[in-house]
Amino acid sequence: MLQNILDIWSKYNGEYVSGLITTLQISVISLIASLLLGTVIAIFCISPFRMLVIIGRAYVEFIRNTPLLIQIFFFYFGLSSLDIQLSSFVAGTLGLTVYTAAFIAEAIRAGINSIPKGQMEAARASGLTYIQAMRYVVLPQAFKIVIPPLGNQFINLVKNSSLLGVIAGMDLMYHADIISTNTFKTFETYILVGVFYLTITVPLSILVNWLERRLKRA
Amino acid sequence: MDFIGAYSWPNVRYLLEGFLVTLEVAAISIVLSFIIAIVFAIIRYMKIPMLSQFVFLWVEMIRNLPLLLIIFFVYFALRDVGIKMEIFSAAIAALTIFESAMISEIIRSGLMSVDKGQIEAARASGLNYGQTLRYIILPQALRRMVPPIVSQFISLLKDTSLAIIISLPELMHNGQVIYNSKSTYIIPVLLLIAIMYFVVNYALSIVARRLEHSR
Repeated sequence: MLQNILDIWSKYNGEYVSGLITTLQISVISLIASLLLGTVIAIFCISPFRMLVIIGRAYVEFIRNTPLLIQIFFFYFGLSSLDIQLSSFVAGTLGLTVYTAAFIAEAIRAGINSIPKGQMEAARASGLTYIQAMRYVVLPQAFKIVIPPLGNQFINLVKNSSLLGVIAGMDLMYHADIISTNTFKTFETYILVGVFYLTITVPLSILVNWLERRLKRA
Repeated sequence: MDFIGAYSWPNVRYLLEGFLVTLEVAAISIVLSFIIAIVFAIIRYMKIPMLSQFVFLWVEMIRNLPLLLIIFFVYFALRDVGIKMEIFSAAIAALTIFESAMISEIIRSGLMSVDKGQIEAARASGLNYGQTLRYIILPQALRRMVPPIVSQFISLLKDTSLAIIISLPELMHNGQVIYNSKSTYIIPVLLLIAIMYFVVNYALSIVARRLEHSR
């Protein structure tokens, strides 16, 4: 079995590496985009405007309670039925972004809400404007609380990017599918895929755990 | 977009049948996962030598792999080495492997959250380790675990949709069968599937939140 794995690796390492790079690309692009979108939604949710709060909450609740696959299918198959043909890479990245943003918004909102109200009131009473109080008092404290869940979201993002394989997204899962059809060695092919995912996710998990412990102590 | 055609009764009924499979697979998987997860969590909590390290490695490995890969592996790759499973059991096996790892971490952190002083007090009052676990630690820990486990069940319901790749006749799969016949059905069908998921999961998330506040 080990020999088979090594054979597959030596023959198809190019495919594996290019799949790995696509997986990483999708994950990083989606992370940045969903951080931006998630922050905006979180601001909606904590804003004093009722209308924005409702929009923010509706977004978070609807997206979090429906499967990611639906969102990806919407951008890939749904839009193509309206003659908007997105590549699987773009559709997948959009789906992942929309999905992850809801979780990030929730993490940021929870982080900000966990700062006692007194802090904001004290800052405002000392003459800081709302923005200043947020910027210098609330956000720096919330940041520490929010970092570990954001790290976990990135790990989830890497794992969730495998769903691109379902719409032929050129990622690890997609390449694995091609390799296993060529070699007929499904078992060995997918063991290797697992190893590749672990080389990304395990160091990330260790990093997140370490950060979590460090920030808790600080 | 053809909403009227897409929402004809046979189509809706077919989707509901799919949803029933989704719920069934998720329910069986959560029960199996919970049982396995308790065993895992207790092994790690009691630090049983060898076993504890093995469970740690297993849980961390599974938690760091994509579920899609696990489903694929259980159905296609195991078939390659002679372990043949039906679609239904393969889906349940894969989901159970994944969720039991997730839930065992929830249970373990629930166990860890019980104050050490309570354990010492129980032991000092003459309870043995098993009794302490049974009467002091578990009842408190279980109450704390319920909300995150309900959240995990919501994830599981959503994750069941991944079984589309092994053609499990669940909601997403049945949806695909319907809209493959007509491209104007795609958006209406995806929307209806999303709404079905949303109704059930949102109700569950409200339950989870209530439980969290009622502590």
